[in-house]
Amino acid sequence: MRNLTDLNRITTNPANRHQGGVGAPSKHESAIKHVTGEAIYVDDRTNHVNQLYAAIGKSQIAHGRIKSLDLTDVQAAPGVVKVITADDVPGHLDIGPVFPGDPVLVKELVEFYGQPLFAVAAKTHEQAWRAAQLAKVEFEELPPVLDIDTALAQQNFVRPLHSMQRGDAAQAIEDAPHNLESRLSVGGQEHFYLEGQVSSAIPTEDGGMTIYTSSQHPSEVQKLVAEVLGLPFNLVTVDMRRMGGGFGGKETQAAPWACIAALLANATRQPVKLRLNRGDDMVMTGKRHPFENHYKIGFDEQGRILGADITVNGFCGYSPDLSDAIVDRAMFHSDNAYYLDQVKIVGNRCKTNTVSHTAFRGFGGPQGMMTIEYAMDDIARHLGKDPLEIRKLNLYGQDSRNITPYHQEVEHNNLPEIIERLEASSNYQQRRQEIRQFNQSNRILKRGLALTPVKFGISFTVQHLNQAGALIHIYTDGSIHLNHGGTEMGQGLFTKVAQVVAEEFQVDLNTINVSATRTDKVPNTSPTAASSGTDLNGKAAQNAARTIKQRLIDFIVQHHGVEASEVIFADNRVHFGDQSISFAELAQLAYVNRISLSSTGYYRTPKIHYDRSKASGRPFFYFANGAAVSEVIVDTFTGEYKLLRTDILHDVGHSLNPAIDIGQIEGGFIQGMGWLTSEELVWGDNGRLLTTGPATYKIPAVSDMPADFRVQLFDQRNREATIYNSKAVGEPPFMLAMSVWSALRDAVSSLADYRFSPPMDTPATPERVLAAVKATKTFLEQKTAKVRTQEEVTA
Amino acid sequence: MTQTTIKFLMNNELHSVEHVDPNTTVLHYLRNDLNRCGTKEGCASGDCGACTVVVGELEKGSVKYKSINACITFLPSLHGKQLITVEDLKQDDQLHPAQQTMVDCHGSQCGFCTPGFVMSLYALNKNHPSPTKDTAMEALSGNLCRCTGYRPIVDAALNMGNYPCDQNTDTIATELLQTINRQDSTFLSNQSSQYFAPTSADELAQLLIDYPDARLLAGGTDLALEVTQFHRDLSTIIYVGNVSELKTIRETDSSLIIGSAVTYNECVHRLEKEYPELGEMIERLGSLQIRNQGTIGGNIGNASPIGDMPPVLIALDATMTLRRGHNTRTIKVADYFHDYKVTDLKANEFIQSIEIPKAKPGYQLKIYKISKRIDDDISAVLAAFYLHVEGPQVKSFTAAFGGMAAIPKRARHCEAALMGHPWTESSIESAMQALMLDFKPLSDVRASAEYRMDVAKNLLMKSFLEINQSKEQENTATRVTGYA
Repeated sequence: MRNLTDLNRITTNPANRHQGGVGAPSKHESAIKHVTGEAIYVDDRTNHVNQLYAAIGKSQIAHGRIKSLDLTDVQAAPGVVKVITADDVPGHLDIGPVFPGDPVLVKELVEFYGQPLFAVAAKTHEQAWRAAQLAKVEFEELPPVLDIDTALAQQNFVRPLHSMQRGDAAQAIEDAPHNLESRLSVGGQEHFYLEGQVSSAIPTEDGGMTIYTSSQHPSEVQKLVAEVLGLPFNLVTVDMRRMGGGFGGKETQAAPWACIAALLANATRQPVKLRLNRGDDMVMTGKRHPFENHYKIGFDEQGRILGADITVNGFCGYSPDLSDAIVDRAMFHSDNAYYLDQVKIVGNRCKTNTVSHTAFRGFGGPQGMMTIEYAMDDIARHLGKDPLEIRKLNLYGQDSRNITPYHQEVEHNNLPEIIERLEASSNYQQRRQEIRQFNQSNRILKRGLALTPVKFGISFTVQHLNQAGALIHIYTDGSIHLNHGGTEMGQGLFTKVAQVVAEEFQVDLNTINVSATRTDKVPNTSPTAASSGTDLNGKAAQNAARTIKQRLIDFIVQHHGVEASEVIFADNRVHFGDQSISFAELAQLAYVNRISLSSTGYYRTPKIHYDRSKASGRPFFYFANGAAVSEVIVDTFTGEYKLLRTDILHDVGHSLNPAIDIGQIEGGFIQGMGWLTSEELVWGDNGRLLTTGPATYKIPAVSDMPADFRVQLFDQRNREATIYNSKAVGEPPFMLAMSVWSALRDAVSSLADYRFSPPMDTPATPERVLAAVKATKTFLEQKTAKVRTQEEVTA
Repeated sequence: MTQTTIKFLMNNELHSVEHVDPNTTVLHYLRNDLNRCGTKEGCASGDCGACTVVVGELEKGSVKYKSINACITFLPSLHGKQLITVEDLKQDDQLHPAQQTMVDCHGSQCGFCTPGFVMSLYALNKNHPSPTKDTAMEALSGNLCRCTGYRPIVDAALNMGNYPCDQNTDTIATELLQTINRQDSTFLSNQSSQYFAPTSADELAQLLIDYPDARLLAGGTDLALEVTQFHRDLSTIIYVGNVSELKTIRETDSSLIIGSAVTYNECVHRLEKEYPELGEMIERLGSLQIRNQGTIGGNIGNASPIGDMPPVLIALDATMTLRRGHNTRTIKVADYFHDYKVTDLKANEFIQSIEIPKAKPGYQLKIYKISKRIDDDISAVLAAFYLHVEGPQVKSFTAAFGGMAAIPKRARHCEAALMGHPWTESSIESAMQALMLDFKPLSDVRASAEYRMDVAKNLLMKSFLEINQSKEQENTATRVTGYA
């Protein structure tokens, strides 16, 4: 530029103290745009004059071969411009994210009900959808595998089993004074992001493609779009400003729609948008894995576990997708917060003819933890103790009893302190007594109470994903442009990373603008997943900021002849010697002196390593911890229930933004509660999903929130060198909801004076709770009958 | 006179539409025709609230505001009304309190559900400037958020009253709405579909004779799903929401006569006075958005086996008046339902009104709505018992259930097991066994047959305990729904 902007036109913050740095409860960067409706999601983007809309033709069987696919009527339908099948894919057909197995369109073999067979582009969304229903397809049906037992019996797996062990679990269980075994069925979960899957593809002049998508993994969308089109990656650019919710459901599951939109756009050289209607979205995209788990444990008189043999069976669906890592994470979390001395953990990856299950907040961790929490309650009932006593007794120790089944040492374990504080602040013991009294006096309603902990490992267990990049520009008015590889899905990542940059430069948060995540700005990024978004991208942005800052310091030292230690960034200014100039003045000064005001930044997580062949290492940089106490009331006549109160104490390290962190904790907890209570996926006998919309699939609504909800941050710095010593917060609070489910079991158990541990698979719908009531009553009847028989024998 | 132009206020400006496909939903029109993309599609079935907009209607000289789901509202039904969307709230760069409170309370995360929440809050603000927690929860019951867990949004609702608010635009809207002709019926058509909105019952009766295959549109909360979920066009639509005779509530000495196009929210307060349990049930029926649109006539007319009103109406021995041409006939609601989706309604006939007897002295009405979720969920089982116990004996007992058969139905064997019998636990146990003669329920996505039967039986016992308890210890809670 020939001349510089007049800095007097820029209104500066009169307080001078920079606002919105690390630790401030800043608003979400898009909060105002959210409430005015001005925030733009992919489907809100202005359409082109030659815009086309796509829809998918789906299979109507769960397993079989296509004998014939007659698309005449589809092609002839009003508004239809193009119809494509697998034969029209110029590049790769398989878009499996890690392992092969996911054809973008079926060539011959159908492996689940609703699998995409062909795609239509038409002049309106409605025309495309209607046309897609007109295909005449003949199938040769094959028997579908729809349950775990069949998959296990047939050894029908998407990936080989994996196991980890220490010592001789079987012997330890046998030698233990007490042992128990049980099985537990853990339900899956639909993500139900409010914004469904959507992608828009626009052909470029180079024969490439620009993609606007709602995806947690733009780099993978770029790779897969390039591969299906047979293009070099540099001709495909992916732009991702925000998602209307992701939760793991847009980690791999966003890519097929981008690929199909790109295939149609490529074939027509017109822009194509593909947005799934809610029903199609629920049928065609993967969900949280259902699991069938089994445990056998041996324990002593106090309830201390001596040996544990745990098997987790993930219901993976038809293809590997991310299931290998998900079942691994279920195994890594089969201990939750407890030391299992002699232990064996086996994880099976069962192949079923359903949609391929995928990442969902917690990534298998929640399903793994459920088994040991189930066991904690069972031990307590068996010994006639309070489950909290059993949980505390089995927690990882500080100096001993602190090695996980995968041989990582549990360091800086703050769970004993968290639990102690929460037990006191929630008044657990007194309420326990009050609840016992209530339950004795009320025939219909029973209350239940439970405290459950969470220990969640932070890092991608696939090591190479633990890296990130960022890009910062400072312009000559002092405004800062920030970009990084992380994606914004509501979790506040853009806000937190901007706070980090504001802190580095000691400038106001509102001088920083974060723009859409784009593959041409920061390349080769990892998915925003595994709770790692801020840890990775915050560090990368800090690195970029520090690079520029160092250049500026060096420049001031040279230009003004001061010592580096005298250069201080503070209050939207830079101070050196006895001088002080505004940040914008510094930017201008640096520019005219030809100092670069732009830098990339990069970060990779230290310390982590894992040898999967030995099931040993340090897969996690650190653990995030928390605990929750929930109190429920259950109607033993109908199985209906209500969550009355929840107290949470959660460890986010040194919070970067307490408002956002509390939002993640509350939101994660309620989402977890939905998973364990009202959210029930139902498939028909033919493998068709029957719960295909919010009328039948019930995520929590406003009344499901506990009337009394007390959330506190355990505000101690992370002792690992994470970004400003914060801790990841996306996934860990999800599992705090186990306290609700355990409290439901507690309430039902009261019917048998807490000496029976009722079976309670999840989701614990009113129907399952009533079944647990019936099981408890049956137990009591049998016990009475047994006593009677014994009396008769004695007599 | 028939008008062929649909006129409504787009916020405070007159907006006219001609030759629009009557199957066009308000959401589709906003997003695709007007490029007002603040209003979102989350489900297109009226279950998530992301598309919530506010509609203002003239009532006794002023505008009454209500939240509705734009995704299941047909555009022509806006005639004579005011439509307010999220784009209309901010004025001179100043956020409306419904917006500012959401920002200040950290009420948005991904932001996709937020415009819908903001509009529900806006309607709440219009109707209850300082809402109680109950009112706030009711206002938000039809909006799903997957990110926040709701706590900050409830806080936002409760704090909204603390922001100054300029309400004087209401007078502009009132004046403009008065300029729209709402006396004459409207007619719209395009190549494939036509839409009639008569304003009198005579016109409606004639239209049904002229177009026997026409689909009657009242609230549209069920009918619209044929368009938005099954992608079918309705070729002839007759909107009954402007038929004045169908919109009235009349009261006689012994009954309430509710016009078939009266919405739940228009009659809930009157019904609640007569039957408090019915008021509580209606507050859990659908969401506020649905109750602002849905009608009792529609709930009967669509003949769903899982509608919540029919079992209650059957238990209360309500009747309904059907009209065909100039002829009317009155039948019991119980006799309306023949088989799954098969009713007593003849060709060219429509439901004119429902007559609900007033509470009889000494009788008690017990209603139980059993569903997976407390808010906005279709019942697995709905039980309604209307009974009179005198001294030790059951003088009268009527039991009707939804969700237990292909139609909402009385439990005759169960009733017989109690009528004239002593009011004791053992009589109830017999009645529980008798239920198995009355019903062979189905298993579906909402519940298994076994659960339905278990619950139906248990509800008999629960009603017994509740009725007996009310004499002794009135404050002992018996329902989890009572815990807010």
